Amino acid sequence: MARRLDPVELLATSSVGKAIARSSVGRSVATRMGVPPADELRRGITRPVGKIALTEMGESDLVGATLSLLDIDPVLPIIDTPSARMPGENGRSVPPVYESRLGALVIDLSGLRSFSGTELLRGVLRPAMKGLERSGRVIFVAREPESYTDLEPRILAQGLDGLNRTVAKELRGGATSNLIWVKESTTPQALASTLKFLLEGRSAYVDGQSWRVGEAEVPLEAVRSTHPYHGRIVAVTGAARGIGAAIAHTFARDGAIVVCIDMPTSGESLAKVANEIHGTALQLDITVADAGERIAAHVAGRYGEDARLYGIVHNAGITRDRMLANLDEKAWAAVIEVNLMAQLRINEALLDGRPGGLADGGSIVGISSTSGIAGNKGQANYALTKAAIVGLVRAQAPVLGERGITINAVGPGFIETDMTNAIPYLQRVVFSRSNSLSQGGKPVDVAETIAYLADPASAAVSGQVVRVCGQALVGQ
Amino acid sequence: MTDRTAVVVGGNRIPFARAHTAYRRATNVDMLTAAIDGLAARYGLAGHRVGEVVGGAVLKHSRDFNLTREAVLGSSLDAHTPACDVQQACATGLEATIYIANKIRLGQIDDGIAGGADSVSDAPMAVSDGLRRALITANAAKTLPARLKALSAIRPADLVPDPPGITEPRTGLSMGEHQALTTTRWGITRQAQDELALASHLNLARAWADGFFDDLVTPYLGVTKDQGVRADSTLEKLGALKPVFGRGEGATMTAGNSTGFFDGASVAYLADADYATEHHLPALARVVDVEVAASDYTLGGEDLLLAPTYAIARLLARQGLSWQDFDYYEIHEAFAATVLSTLQALGDETYCRERLGLDSALGEIDRSKLNVNGSSLAAGHPFAATGGRIVPTLAKLLHQRGTVDGRPARGLVSICAAGGQGAVAILEAC
Repeated sequence: MARRLDPVELLATSSVGKAIARSSVGRSVATRMGVPPADELRRGITRPVGKIALTEMGESDLVGATLSLLDIDPVLPIIDTPSARMPGENGRSVPPVYESRLGALVIDLSGLRSFSGTELLRGVLRPAMKGLERSGRVIFVAREPESYTDLEPRILAQGLDGLNRTVAKELRGGATSNLIWVKESTTPQALASTLKFLLEGRSAYVDGQSWRVGEAEVPLEAVRSTHPYHGRIVAVTGAARGIGAAIAHTFARDGAIVVCIDMPTSGESLAKVANEIHGTALQLDITVADAGERIAAHVAGRYGEDARLYGIVHNAGITRDRMLANLDEKAWAAVIEVNLMAQLRINEALLDGRPGGLADGGSIVGISSTSGIAGNKGQANYALTKAAIVGLVRAQAPVLGERGITINAVGPGFIETDMTNAIPYLQRVVFSRSNSLSQGGKPVDVAETIAYLADPASAAVSGQVVRVCGQALVGQ
Repeated sequence: MTDRTAVVVGGNRIPFARAHTAYRRATNVDMLTAAIDGLAARYGLAGHRVGEVVGGAVLKHSRDFNLTREAVLGSSLDAHTPACDVQQACATGLEATIYIANKIRLGQIDDGIAGGADSVSDAPMAVSDGLRRALITANAAKTLPARLKALSAIRPADLVPDPPGITEPRTGLSMGEHQALTTTRWGITRQAQDELALASHLNLARAWADGFFDDLVTPYLGVTKDQGVRADSTLEKLGALKPVFGRGEGATMTAGNSTGFFDGASVAYLADADYATEHHLPALARVVDVEVAASDYTLGGEDLLLAPTYAIARLLARQGLSWQDFDYYEIHEAFAATVLSTLQALGDETYCRERLGLDSALGEIDRSKLNVNGSSLAAGHPFAATGGRIVPTLAKLLHQRGTVDGRPARGLVSICAAGGQGAVAILEAC
């Protein structure tokens, strides 16, 4: 069946429509034609209201034990089987339904080895699709494909990726579905931060994604901490506004001392952010050769010679959008310099053991983008750098892992910021609704995902790229 | 208590803007608040109770009697931070620094913020004395007839507003006219003034380009850089300007070598040296000693703007230093000719003997050490904000320099002020 196009979208994709769309009249007409209101997503440190059901198709009790660490007492799911159905009108049989809305369905697939076993998967999913509450969750936990030597379990594990993405597309009401791949050696403590994140409103705009949780020693206190960053110093570049400001605020909420970094010309809003969260402001152009040294000097100077950064979030980035046919060397170089080279130089300086540098056991988070993952017209330079960030985290994860440092990235989709607000109205509506949640994300959605990735309790998550895009129609 | 040392931790200011432009709707309170907030962000002072904040304005509304306290309350500092206003014309910012440094050295506070703000755009406008007296009498009157009688005393001429004074009340001369007399007396040439102005612009432009102000200035209302600085200034351009002060041969002072009207605010952050160490605050320079002086320009026939020469002479004597013992000289450029006549006076045997009571002239200084990162001619001169601009700038310069011949780098700040006053301070690198 074709995807339902709303009238606004039709209007905006025709050439006449585009012309109208730029006019104020068009905007008013479009508003009156009625864009269906998007579902208000559950956000923040909030768990589902309804019960959390656990389906164990596992060899171990990894997921059950993890939920127990999170003080969650799961219920059994309702399973659709021919015998469980009731006769309904028109002689059709009706599958069993949940009596009250289900908060989340967590499925432990670590023991699923054959396609014949997937019938149970269908059986638990069918009632859940209509039984989930608003902003409910489906979470698959499976072994990573590479952990199997036999063919069938291995391709089955890969097949789950397609199933997860489809479930995410079919769910309504702001509910999401995500898939976590684990290793045989992954412990409940290592998995806990990820399950907690996915269940909570913090993951509101993460949908249809899959990523991996490996192994790491994670102390119980880290899992249970309400202020995981207490006493830790985190630097955020591009912190003066938009997503960067949200990142700074989120880390501060979770206890971090935040060093807010932005261009000297953005100093006024930077100071405001830093003061709001009782952090410090560092006016710095990250492209200067000694930017890393200056960040470290600020940390050592302001917080003491023994102070070290726990984490750095490379949020600063620019676009210089031109079709390749019009792209000159300046626009090309500027984007590469800010989005990539500056980050590489800063990491190198912070990792060389200097006072105020990055501590062992710390974390680095970069920002990729849907444009980098899927490509985007007019963003050749930007896409190059944003895909390179994916390469960076994959390449560096094993190297930094030796020092207990994690490196990850987020891939924001359409996030509502001052920058995206500058896009003409109808185009903006189309862009923002071209995803499974039919809405744009908020800066805080990106911030929450970054804070999860950098969390000391997420020590087993490294080399991952988590998209925060509401399952955008483009890209993986 | 006596071994306490006051150090300059750093500072912050907003870029100085030409009057009636970007900050025209900003008040002194707004600008001082912004300067404090930028400082708070730089040093992590949000929510911190600072020992005391002191500041002031020269063009000050009577409603702003608590200007600095109001700025503190509007800032991110802990509301328990006390504040005090001072006013010493253009020396306000430096006098505020002296106040804070003294309290720190006396052990009364551990840290403090000193600064000032001035807006020509938002200058107070008073009513005439006639109107004011009539209104006060009417207000005090108990009956309607008495009230009407009081108001009937108002004459049309009383309705003309009274703008803030730009002349010295005792001489009726503007500051520029006073300096023109001094300029002529000391034979300061147009060429020398223009050269000094050019150096100020080029030095300030270079400092901006080098990022020197990245940790000294926070943008405000979209202004990211001092508006007065002209990187493309030349002697030809300066030489083409018409004189605005002085007459005949003595007409050498132009809009290019005199400061214009600017809006702005600045603060310096000072702390006890041990406190700074304990709290991981950088110590850029220590406040060695200060001196404030005045000249008898009314009946004594002295120069209005050469009061700093008295302060410098007394300060050098007290510290056992010579005029050449400094690595940086920060002499406020009210007019290029002020700086030049100050230097000339200190090198003049007669002046030093007769006016300053010295045995001989203090001599010449190495001009390459003067206002090395520009001064008021290029940066602009919002009156009370100039001290808070110069002190952190000099402290940073000294800290960067470190030591000279095995001793800490040493610098001197000199600011002349209306009323024939001058404040001078010596700082030494930490």
